[in-house]
Parts: sequence; C-alpha cells; structure tokens
Amino acid sequence: MFAFVMRRIIEAAIVLIVVALLAFLLFRFVGDPINQMVGQDVSIAEREALRRELGLDDPMLVQLGRFLWNALHFDFGISYRFRQPVTELVAGRFPATFELALMASVFALAVGIPLGVYTGIHRNSMLSRFFLGASLIGVSLPTFLIGILLIYLFAVKLQWLPSYGRGATVDVGFWKTGFLTLAGWKALILPSITLGLFQLTLIARLVRSEMLEVLRTDFIKFARARGLTDRSIYFGHALKNTLVPVITIIGLQIGSIIAFAVVTETVFQWPGMGLLFISAVQNADIPIMAAYLMLVALIFVTINLVVDILYVVVDPRIRVAGGAKA
Amino acid sequence: MRLKTLLLAGVFATGLGLGSANAVTFRYAFQGDLNALDPYTLNETFTLAALGNVYEGLTKRDKELKIIPGLAEKWEIVDPLRWRFYLRKGVKFAGGEDFTADDVVFSVERALAPGSQVSTRLPKDVKVVKVDDHTVDFVLTSPNPILHAEWDTWYIMSRKWAEANGAVKPQPATGKELNNFALKSNGTGPFVITSHEPAVKTIYKPNPGWWGKKEHNLDEVIFTTIKQDATRVAALLSGEVDMIEPVPVQDMQRIDTNPTTSVMTGAELRVIHLFFDQKRDELLYSNVKGKNPFKDVRVRKAFYQAIDIEAIKTKVMRNMATPVSILMAPMLFSRSAELKRWPYDPAASKKLLAEAGYPDGFEVTMHCPNDRYVNDEAICQAATAMFARAGLKVTLQAQPKAQFFGRAGASGGFDTSLGMLGWTPSSFDAWNVLTNLAGCRDDKGVGGPFNYGGYCNKKVDELSAKILVETDTAKRDQMILDAWKTINDETGFIPLHQQSLAWGVSKKVKMVQRPDDQILLQWVVKEP
Repeated sequence: MFAFVMRRIIEAAIVLIVVALLAFLLFRFVGDPINQMVGQDVSIAEREALRRELGLDDPMLVQLGRFLWNALHFDFGISYRFRQPVTELVAGRFPATFELALMASVFALAVGIPLGVYTGIHRNSMLSRFFLGASLIGVSLPTFLIGILLIYLFAVKLQWLPSYGRGATVDVGFWKTGFLTLAGWKALILPSITLGLFQLTLIARLVRSEMLEVLRTDFIKFARARGLTDRSIYFGHALKNTLVPVITIIGLQIGSIIAFAVVTETVFQWPGMGLLFISAVQNADIPIMAAYLMLVALIFVTINLVVDILYVVVDPRIRVAGGAKA
Repeated sequence: MRLKTLLLAGVFATGLGLGSANAVTFRYAFQGDLNALDPYTLNETFTLAALGNVYEGLTKRDKELKIIPGLAEKWEIVDPLRWRFYLRKGVKFAGGEDFTADDVVFSVERALAPGSQVSTRLPKDVKVVKVDDHTVDFVLTSPNPILHAEWDTWYIMSRKWAEANGAVKPQPATGKELNNFALKSNGTGPFVITSHEPAVKTIYKPNPGWWGKKEHNLDEVIFTTIKQDATRVAALLSGEVDMIEPVPVQDMQRIDTNPTTSVMTGAELRVIHLFFDQKRDELLYSNVKGKNPFKDVRVRKAFYQAIDIEAIKTKVMRNMATPVSILMAPMLFSRSAELKRWPYDPAASKKLLAEAGYPDGFEVTMHCPNDRYVNDEAICQAATAMFARAGLKVTLQAQPKAQFFGRAGASGGFDTSLGMLGWTPSSFDAWNVLTNLAGCRDDKGVGGPFNYGGYCNKKVDELSAKILVETDTAKRDQMILDAWKTINDETGFIPLHQQSLAWGVSKKVKMVQRPDDQILLQWVVKEP
C-alpha cells in the first residue's frame, strides 16, 4: 500500500512539473501584459521601464527558472492588474468556487444516482423513457446556454432567484461562506444546477447501465431465489457493485467541476477562481493564470490519488492484486 | 396625522439606522472591474470615474464637460509661465484632515512619482509653489494653454492621510512595497467608499461633510462587476440593478421595449479609425513585394473611398455611431464642420488603384481587436467585404485586445500592415490626438506612440508643436484646422465613426450621461 501511494505521488509531481512547463510556454502567446497595465498616455520609455522591472525582458530560461523556483515556494508573485499577491487573491476566491462545486456535486449525486437506479430497474416504464430523453438535453446543451435559459426563466420572468453573484456572504475568518444566509442559498441554486446538470446526466446514465449489467448476473438471481427483499437486492447488493466505475467518474468529474466552473462562473458572475482566471486571460495577467493552472493541476492530481486509494477500499480484488505485486 | 408620520419616520431613522426601509439604494453594474482604489495607478475611464465620486481635482467638469472650479475656487494666469490657483477654504477630507496647499504640492509630487499613471496630467518640469495655505502657483517652463484640461481626473490626496497610511508613493506594479492602502480611499468628494472587494462589490455612502451642493438623493450605492452581456441585461430586466453599462447592441431594443427600463444613448468621445503601414519599405503582410503600396496616396484614398460609412453605421452599428471626418470627436473642435470625408465611391477606388499600378488590386492582412470597441470585429468584417468590392483581397485577423495591442502596438514593433484603433483624447483637445496618432515616430514609437501606421508629415509635426504653446484660441483653431486638412488631403488614416454610449437604465432613475462615459453618482436621482 505504501509503495503504491509513493509511486502515485512521484507520478503526480512529474505531472505538475509538466503542467508548469506547458503553462510557462503558453504565456509567450497571451499578448502584452504591459499594454493592459498602463493607460494610453503612458510613454514608451515608462512602458520599457515597467517591462524591465517585471523582468519580462530577461532571457526565456532565466524567466522559466524564476517561475519554477517561485512556484516551488507557492509564490506566484503579484497580479499585474490587482497589484496584490496572487496566492491571496486565489485563496480569497477559492471558497466561492468550492461551495459552488460542492453544491453542484451534491445535486448531481443526489438526483443522478436515484435516477440511474430507477431507470435501471424500471427500464421500460414511461417515466424512465422520459428521464432518458430529458437527460440527452442535459448532455448536449452547452453550459452557458443552460445558464442563460435558467436566468431568463427564474430571474427575469418569474423573478424568484437572483441572476448573478453570491447573494449575501458571511465572513468566518478565512472563509467567506454563502451557506449562512438565505440570499446566499438562493444565489447558489441556479449556478449549481447549471454546473451539475451535465454531471447529473452522466452519473444517471452510468448508474443505469451498470445496474442493468449487474442485475443480469448470477448472484442477483441467487439473491432472488433466497427470497431477499427487492430493496435489499437493489440497494444492498446491486448498487454497491456498480460503484467502482461510478466512483472513478465522480472523482474525475469533481476535478472538472472545479476546473470548468469557469463558464458557469462567468455566466452568473460568480466571484470564484474561474472568473478570476477569465479576467486574467483578458488582461494577460500572467501570475494569476499560472497560479490557477497549477492549482487545477494539483486538484486533479490529488483527486486521482484519492480515487486510486478508494478503489482499494471499495474493491477487495484490487487490494489483493496490488498486495501481491508489492 | 402629519406629526405621526414624522414621528414614525424619526423612529425608523434612528431605530433602524442603516437598514431603514426608506433608504434609497442605487445599484449599478459594469462589464469591467474596479481594482485598486489608488487614484494614480490606473489611467482608465471607468476607474477614474468610480474614484471621481470620492476624490476631486482642482478643477472639475460640469454636465456639458465645461471646466468648472473644483477644489480651486478660481485661478488666473499671472503670466504665461505662472498659473495661480486659489483653493477652496473649509474643505475637509472624509478622514477629517483639512484641505490645504500642502496637499496640492503633495499630490503633484505623487502624481509625478514612478508608478503613477497620471503623470501626463502635469508637465514633467512643472514647479509648484505654495504661496500661502490656500494659494498655489504652478510655474511652467513653456506656455501651456491646456494645463488644467485634464485636472478633473487628477485627484487631490491628503498628505497627512497618505503619510499615516503608507500611501506616499503610488502602488508600484511589481508590488515590492505592497500596502493595504490600495484598498482604502480618502477624498473630499460627495461619496465615501465603505467597503471594497476588488472585482466583486464596492459600496458607497454619501459623504455628509461634502462642501458642494448635493444633487443626488441616494443613501447607498452598490457597484458590482457583471462581465457576461446576457447576465448583465438579465440583472437589469429583473430589477436587481438600476443601471448597466454597456448594453450590447443586440439587446437595446429588448431593454427599450421593457416597461421598466430604457436605453440612454449619446455619442462617445472615442473615435474609431483604420490605419495603414506607411513607414516600412515593404509591407509585412501583403503579396506586393519590394515596395509598400500604402506609401502611395492614391492607394490609401482607394481604400478610403471603398468604405461605405453609412452601411457600417446602419447595418453594423444599428445607428449607434456617428461618422466623422477627423480622428477626434467633432464636438471637441469648434471648426470640425469645415472638414469633410472623402465620399464613398467604389468606382473611384478601382480607378485610383489602376492609376497606382494595381488594376487587379492586391492582398493584405488586416489586424483588428475583437473585444475592445463596440462591434470592432464586425466593423472590420464589413470593411473587408467593402474592400473586396474594389478588388482588394483583405484577409481579416481579429484577436483579443491583449494580443492585438501586443502585436500592433509599440511593444510588438508595430507588427501590422493595416488595422483598426480607437482613441479618446484624455485632455479633450486636438494636440493630444495630433501627437499620439499622427506624430512622426521612430521604430520604437517615440514621437507618436499610437501612430500604428507610422504616418509622418513634418508640416503636421510643426503645426502641433505650435498648437501646444499657442494661447490665442482663434489662431490655435486655425492651426488645428490646417493640420487636419493636411492629414485628410494625404488620406493618412480612414476615420470611421464615434461609437455611441449605451447605458441601460431603470425608469425609476434619472442620471446624467456625459460623452466622456463617466458614471457620476452625484447626479443620480432615484424614485424611492
């Protein structure tokens, strides 16, 4: 087990270094940050002085070395646009993204799994057909369109829910939370649905096909023969056996929920990291972009690691195989 | 009955304080962020306007953009090299500090310090002399008729406050001397900022000690950024905000037909133009080798006359534009009516091209931003189609502004052959346009930093040098007219139009829209 985890951690470190290299290379093509920082009337000489001050005219390798060295210390420098330390900025935006991702995942799981189980068990009922048809929409409609449709319906037409922002937040020391106010909860609803809808349909369809698979196997027949209740068969035995692939997908999807919250955050002006990243791209604010990409890579790598470990916990066969190898 | 209402009102006002049910809250949303609150670190209209609610300059501009007294009650030109400003007495900063001549001297030093982006508001070699506590002299080395033209956005800061908060110098870009003052403010203006989360939310409250006459009825103002066009429009339609800027062209009708909202429009000072690379001996992005066709005035004129400006105005801009004949807004120059555009005439274009030796036209790439000006990419697309009608094969490359300015600007070595640029003179004066856009420049941009095409005429340069120091208005206007005539005769640029401002405003709100696009809370009145 220890060797297994160590191997994974070394792999993760390599992935992070590669991401850092790629990110650094990309920054050559994002445009001229200086022009975004200064006003139109600032003279050429002052622009050059600023460029020198920021070290943007140093040779590539020197810049790369500095970037990697600072990244090792979690120092991503000062945002060109906000003139504040990037780590502070990103940390300040993290709670918003995290709460949104959490609610989106909860929504996707809480609705997706029962939906999958139901359509798996009653696969020919009208309701199942309806759910499956509707889920196609969830998979095929782009996120921003869903967001705009929801805004139009619930904010403009019905005026039940806010169209943008986090509502009211409460500052609990290092964390600004929207969970403690009614306005905060109301503001969470539309973005969470928008962000979670794709995951929901994915999970529902996955659980359904796994259920169909498992329900055909012999041990379910034996369970029936033993006279176990439907409830115990479906949830105690069948569902449990569908979980390995579901956990993989959910794990990877949580990573992408955080990473691709960018679109949802832009549509709802949700003040999270994704929105910060989008403005950074528009303003060629390289320090923020670098920190964000590294953070997302770190999240992915960590989740993969956790998923790998969870496999071992859920499925004893992997534990045995891994143990034998080690 | 009336007594009872009064009493009740009193109870509410004292008992509920901030959360009073009758408080008038004005909410507005803009597509961009309000970042640092240091008024000297970002020379950008929106930021300066947002801070203009809190800070004030020695002079201000009224609803018609006329220069009026601000923190200076009056001023006189003692001699062409010495201006004397008499400061308003009894003014206090929001933090309680008295406003005196020391603060003016300090603000000059701070504005000229490294890291300041408002240094162009003052001549580099200006000397400020404190005559007494409420009189200051500005001593110049050469006459300058527009010395105070940009002072409405050069805000006076308190020396005492700055020293107490470590804000003596502007926040440097590298942030080596990082300070918390970047998120604080302390001005003399009609509002104070009570809370500021960069790029999320900013809350203003009226400044009870303001010296001026209050024309608004607001108790609180909440500013939020909403980047996405559709969301911003939705927030206005649903009544969550009272005002948005900008309104996307395609949503104007929807906002106007909605019973509770309307669109406020007006010409903006920004003028959009196309430029040609006239400096290189061979174009970078063209199939013509060994020579630069844009050095030939006939070719430039052919491009100009191929543009159907009315079609751009009506089709692309949906009438939200005013065609212009020069590179500055006509309202900023009294004699602009004497200048005319070359007429749209594709046949003439073809003839001119044939005369210049390109009967079959030629190929060239055009660079445009796609997120900087109203419908920038669409205008360029329309222009390419119009050029095609004259036989020119123009390939469009539209890029986000960071990439576009990185390439076409001085830092990218003016790496373009044909392109689009917009300009607003911060001084509202012709000299700024003539030097920045039409001054002869070297390869680094010195001389005319935003003259992307490298247009150069010594006569125009001489005229603009004289325009800078001429104090006689009639003579000065004549020289400005001559300069524009020369540029137009040579077809140095293709001026297109002034874009229009479009603010979406709730019908409960009355506000003032100035052509310089500043959102000023001082003139906002909202029905409770």
